[in-house]
Amino acid sequence: MDKRIRVLVAKPGLDGHDRGAKVVARALRDAGFEVIYTGIRLTPEQIAEAALQEDVNVVALSLLSGAHNTLFPRAVELLKEKGLTDVLVIGGGVIPDADIPGLKAAGVAEVFTPGTPTSEIVEFIKTNVK
Amino acid sequence: MDIVNGVLSGSRLALSRAITAVENEYDEAVEIMQKLYLHTGRAYVIGITGPPGAGKSTLTDKIAKDFRRQGKKVGIVAVDPTSPYSGGAILGDRIRMNELTEDEGVFIRSMATRGSLGGLSQKTAEVVKLMDAFGADVIIIETVGVGQSEVDIVKTADTTMVVLVPGLGDDIQAIKAGILEIGDIFTINKADREGIDRLNIEIEMMLELNPKEVNWRPPINRTIASKGEGIKDLMETIANHQQFLNESGELEVRRVERLKTELLAMINDQIGRYVVNKLTKSGEFDTMVNSIQQRERDPYSVVKSILASVLR
Amino acid sequence: MANETLKAGMQAYNAKVEKSLAKFPERKNLAPNRLYTPLDIEGFDYEKDLGFPGEYPFTRGVQPTMYRGRFWTMRMYAGFSTAEESNKRYRYLLESGGTGLSVAFDLPTQIGYDSDHAMAEGEVGKVGVAIDSLADMEILFDQIPLDKVSTSMTINAPASVLLAMYIAVAEKQGVSADKLNGTIQNDILKEYAARGTYIFPPKPSMRLITNIFEFCSKNVPNWNTISISGYHIREAGATASQEIAFTIADGIAYVEAAIKAGMNVDDFAGRLSFFWNAHNNVLEEVAKFRASRRIWAKVMKERFGAQKAKSQMLRVHTQTAGSMLTAQQPDNNIIRVALQTAAAVMGGTQSLHTNSKDEALALPTEDSVRIALRTQQIVAYESGLADTVDPLAGSYYVEALTNKIEAEAWDYIKKIDEIGGAPVAIEKGYIQKEIQDSAYKWQMEVEKNERVIVGVNKFQIEEKPIEGLLRVDASVGELQKKKLADLRAKRDNAAVDAKLAALEAGCKDENVNLMPLILDAVRAYATEGEICGVMRKVFGEYQAHTTL
Repeated sequence: MDKRIRVLVAKPGLDGHDRGAKVVARALRDAGFEVIYTGIRLTPEQIAEAALQEDVNVVALSLLSGAHNTLFPRAVELLKEKGLTDVLVIGGGVIPDADIPGLKAAGVAEVFTPGTPTSEIVEFIKTNVK
Repeated sequence: MDIVNGVLSGSRLALSRAITAVENEYDEAVEIMQKLYLHTGRAYVIGITGPPGAGKSTLTDKIAKDFRRQGKKVGIVAVDPTSPYSGGAILGDRIRMNELTEDEGVFIRSMATRGSLGGLSQKTAEVVKLMDAFGADVIIIETVGVGQSEVDIVKTADTTMVVLVPGLGDDIQAIKAGILEIGDIFTINKADREGIDRLNIEIEMMLELNPKEVNWRPPINRTIASKGEGIKDLMETIANHQQFLNESGELEVRRVERLKTELLAMINDQIGRYVVNKLTKSGEFDTMVNSIQQRERDPYSVVKSILASVLR
Repeated sequence: MANETLKAGMQAYNAKVEKSLAKFPERKNLAPNRLYTPLDIEGFDYEKDLGFPGEYPFTRGVQPTMYRGRFWTMRMYAGFSTAEESNKRYRYLLESGGTGLSVAFDLPTQIGYDSDHAMAEGEVGKVGVAIDSLADMEILFDQIPLDKVSTSMTINAPASVLLAMYIAVAEKQGVSADKLNGTIQNDILKEYAARGTYIFPPKPSMRLITNIFEFCSKNVPNWNTISISGYHIREAGATASQEIAFTIADGIAYVEAAIKAGMNVDDFAGRLSFFWNAHNNVLEEVAKFRASRRIWAKVMKERFGAQKAKSQMLRVHTQTAGSMLTAQQPDNNIIRVALQTAAAVMGGTQSLHTNSKDEALALPTEDSVRIALRTQQIVAYESGLADTVDPLAGSYYVEALTNKIEAEAWDYIKKIDEIGGAPVAIEKGYIQKEIQDSAYKWQMEVEKNERVIVGVNKFQIEEKPIEGLLRVDASVGELQKKKLADLRAKRDNAAVDAKLAALEAGCKDENVNLMPLILDAVRAYATEGEICGVMRKVFGEYQAHTTL
């Protein structure tokens, strides 16, 4: 067996701030994960379909524009529709604490806000990936 | 989930899971391949290789879109190198193909080389077969042409296209030796850059020295993939090569050759694994290595005696 | 002190330090030298390296008296939700002593989509105000006299459309275009490299930019036609020298494009402006501002032969570094912003936006915006930093650092020239790669505790979730959709179609200046999405290619 954890790193919506997504992508690569980096301006539909084709274990969403309450739950919903019920969905960006319970209820496993060390994200994935 | 029936009935999830099984060498992979093999052999396979930054993904995107306009179902395998330091990889080819993601007639899979010696080309070939059984009419394998393993991957294609760009300087010298001789078609991408004529001449000269095929002289196309320029001519060239392969019987010849290589590789692999497994379990393997290291025995007679016992 | 004596003194000092180091070790990872002396600025030539304020090479500032006359423009970037809501915030800011407006548009507006486009889902009114047509723009500037305020608009790919709307609103107020003051960002190259709100490929984008230069030089002479921005390059992770180097390389590309389009350098160069980031390291930032002015002056004079002083001046707007705000202990951000403000002021900025303490968490509330504005006012009126011109000149450290940053920036500019200029370097991913490497290095330094961020990796406390953050009403999207439907029902659609058809024809002819055609379409209430849609159809869209 030659198994690797596969992670889709994606930016839904129109936000172009990809510093965080790129730093996280590199850190995950350096932690031994296979990272499928899809860049900016993706629709939740494109993200879910890419996750399906790539059979990833984790979908990592990054968003700084404030549209997370619309776009994150939509991505989770579409993943489920496609039968990807075992994918771990995590999110990051400028996300107020008050929004986190709602996102978790919608199926986002964890939300990482500014200042989170990448090592914490790596550990979370290793512990929670199915 | 019944993966085999899923793949045959066009389930994208089943195909995706089947690819993972093959890639991760799950136990069920062999069974899946066994059951699907007889449904393969229909797809036309194109290999695209070239140096980093040549615009292979953008070109793949445009070619795939053109095949879609012809109503063909397309599979894409994009191979990127694994980091030797961490074992991880960043697979970024999809970024240039995001539009294709929403097209149900296209299935894209990114693969990392995972540093497996030789095994990668076999895995790629198996992924191609899975897409074939899934019903893809055309399958494109895209990989960076930097080493022998990438060349091996591309050899599993019916038509191989080498993509180059002007202005890479000395890099081309290193690349030339490896991948120039495998090209059925050459494409000079980013053809609006300086140095295109020189590159054209260089390729011509290489081809003079290496007449690969008597009946097919590899044409040299020019494209600006980012603007979609030159794609129409390129598609014609690809169609011509496909036609040549069919009419000349070369397709049969190549596929039989490939089959031989694959079969041999599988025999080697399976028997090797079987023997090593058996010897490792019994502990004999370490004893043998030890005795060879101590110069008590030589490896040649050790292998001979192993064979004798296996074949008994 | 003669150099020889000084060198001997330095040796003696170093020997003494060596002895005491075992007992009093220094902190690790310190970038500057321990001590700066005249030895570090050997060959320093006051007239050549600094000159006088308002004179070449403008190291000490672009105006003779700087803040002794007027303070910098305190320009707070704001905008969210609908035009109505943002209009209220602008009027509040002007009443609170803000001296210029700075409009933030939402992402659909920045990327040329109307609020009812599928891609706009969830984004309407979020990071700025939603503007779909002239009707929204009329509301945005309601009761704000456009001949009295100067307005900066952070808009890039569709800058031509928003500028046209601004001109059209002014017309309705009875203000002619030649009375307008303000800035459009209009800097597409950094969008490809760092910020991501591009629409069209480089070539038509550069055409739109030169069209604006030309149109404004004749019709809107006081308008700053571009704000060549290092801010976002820095936010994406670049160092101080990378920030100014990549931005000046972009600037060179714009000047070359305009000259190639047939313009005379002195006809447009005076309207070019820049946009810097005010980061955490105060003295490094001051040196960066000074170095950037010196480089640009040389570029304009020596490379492009600009004659007018105005063409050689690097005039700059500044914003404090958003990426340096922490979500942890957000009150600490007030102090960070105060120091960044000090850096920008000692660096000699022409205008400044100060970030609010809560922006790592959400858009700022009115209260936190007030503190941010007060920070500028305290620095201006109380700190004394604005009382003399270029107060740090002559500091051995600051002059040495100014030289160092200038040298590092020149190295990059030369490298980019060799690659073929900024547009090619961006296409090849060179600039992006350099920025990403710096960003990753920074992050790893923080994670290894080699770089301390107070409240993040040191001096942490248990915190309760912050309350009272600004929330944009989720119904903004619906509201905008309804406004659009009403507009489309009310306006003269035949006129709109005719103007859009004329624009399409113009797009296809490279010799046509598109600004008048866009202005016509805007006046007929064609929407931003419709206008950009026509241009998308003819020009195509830029496809990003990221190298990691």
